[in-house]
Amino acid sequence: MSRPEDTLPPDLFYNDVESHKYTTSSRIQSIQSSMTQRALQLLALNSPSMILDIGCGSGLSGEHLTSSGHIWVGMDISASMLAIALDRDAEGDLLLADMGQGVPFRPGTFDAAISISAIQWLCNADSSDVSASGRLSRFFDGLYSSLKRGGKAVLQFYPKNETQRTMITSAAIRSGFGAGLLEDDPDTKNKKLYLVLTVGAGRDEVVGDAVAGRDVTEVVKGLEGVDVIDERRKGGKSGKGKELKGSKSWILRKKEQNRNKGKSVKADSKYTGRKRRVAF
Amino acid sequence: MKILTTNYISCAVKACKSTSLSFPLHFQDAVLVQEEVDFKPEFITNILPRIEWEALKITAVELGFTTLPAQKPEATEEAPLDPQVLKDLHTLLLETQVTEGKLVCANCKHVYNIHQGIANFLLPNHLALPLIMITNF
Repeated sequence: MSRPEDTLPPDLFYNDVESHKYTTSSRIQSIQSSMTQRALQLLALNSPSMILDIGCGSGLSGEHLTSSGHIWVGMDISASMLAIALDRDAEGDLLLADMGQGVPFRPGTFDAAISISAIQWLCNADSSDVSASGRLSRFFDGLYSSLKRGGKAVLQFYPKNETQRTMITSAAIRSGFGAGLLEDDPDTKNKKLYLVLTVGAGRDEVVGDAVAGRDVTEVVKGLEGVDVIDERRKGGKSGKGKELKGSKSWILRKKEQNRNKGKSVKADSKYTGRKRRVAF
Repeated sequence: MKILTTNYISCAVKACKSTSLSFPLHFQDAVLVQEEVDFKPEFITNILPRIEWEALKITAVELGFTTLPAQKPEATEEAPLDPQVLKDLHTLLLETQVTEGKLVCANCKHVYNIHQGIANFLLPNHLALPLIMITNF
């Protein structure tokens, strides 16, 4: 199936016909609702909160926010989608806005942000005076400042390829977020990618009665069936632990290699690879 | 659009980000409706610290509400907020909604139209981008 991102800009692609198709498709509805539930689970909000829904569309994700007792503000670039949201009596406030132009809110306002299948659109620049990287950085800068300290954002997205995936995550990190990726059903056709962002990472802050976690690994700690693959560089060891030529481990490896080739090699002992005492 | 949201929105024009005039946006020709929303006292107590009271007072006066207390009601350890105060805030912040009208930035005079409760924050590119990018051509 072709990607809608490759066909037209979002405000033109989601016209009345497409928006109607999107909202009434029961397949999309069920996928969207399961993804929203997953995102809410990742946000782990324990009191009614103020949530920003980026790319809210026709309010499919907003319905779940409302039923969980939250108040939300949604922004979307497609007027047709918002018109359907109005018809469906979406509880949240709707804003016709382009996330690539920034997030037009006062700093430190939202408890959390959520986005379902939207931010991959940022990787497309539809006119010559904007660039994908500019749109990404304006979006993440705006999002970072509009969230309160200790706030969290869970953004589900469909990157086209590895390049887009790195482009989005690195833009988020550059804006100051603590970021991590959660992948559901990896290596299948249904894989879902969630970018989990935290504001004010680095130290624990008590927000209400919840303690905001240090980073994303803390966020997913309590969840079942999640394996943490920590790809961060560990401090201390430099050069990825490459062994030095002539070191003990290098000698032992070479001896093993030659032994495997069937050459005659002296046995390993406690003296193997040991430094000679300095003569004077 | 809820009054609460207007307390959060600032002007989207790039050049206005640095001035304090861009917040709050000012209402013109606003049409108001009351819409029932479930009352959740925890939500009000949760967001109260993050409300700009001065801005809310300006907005409330523009829309014709003059009953707002001069000081932001604050909850303390000994004295939690009066349920009636919370209920009043709930009515003003969440149940009062603007369906038609205009929001105007005091700095750049840009007009954001509100139609059926949806504010249009789409900007032409020359306003959304930083100035340097445009003058670079």
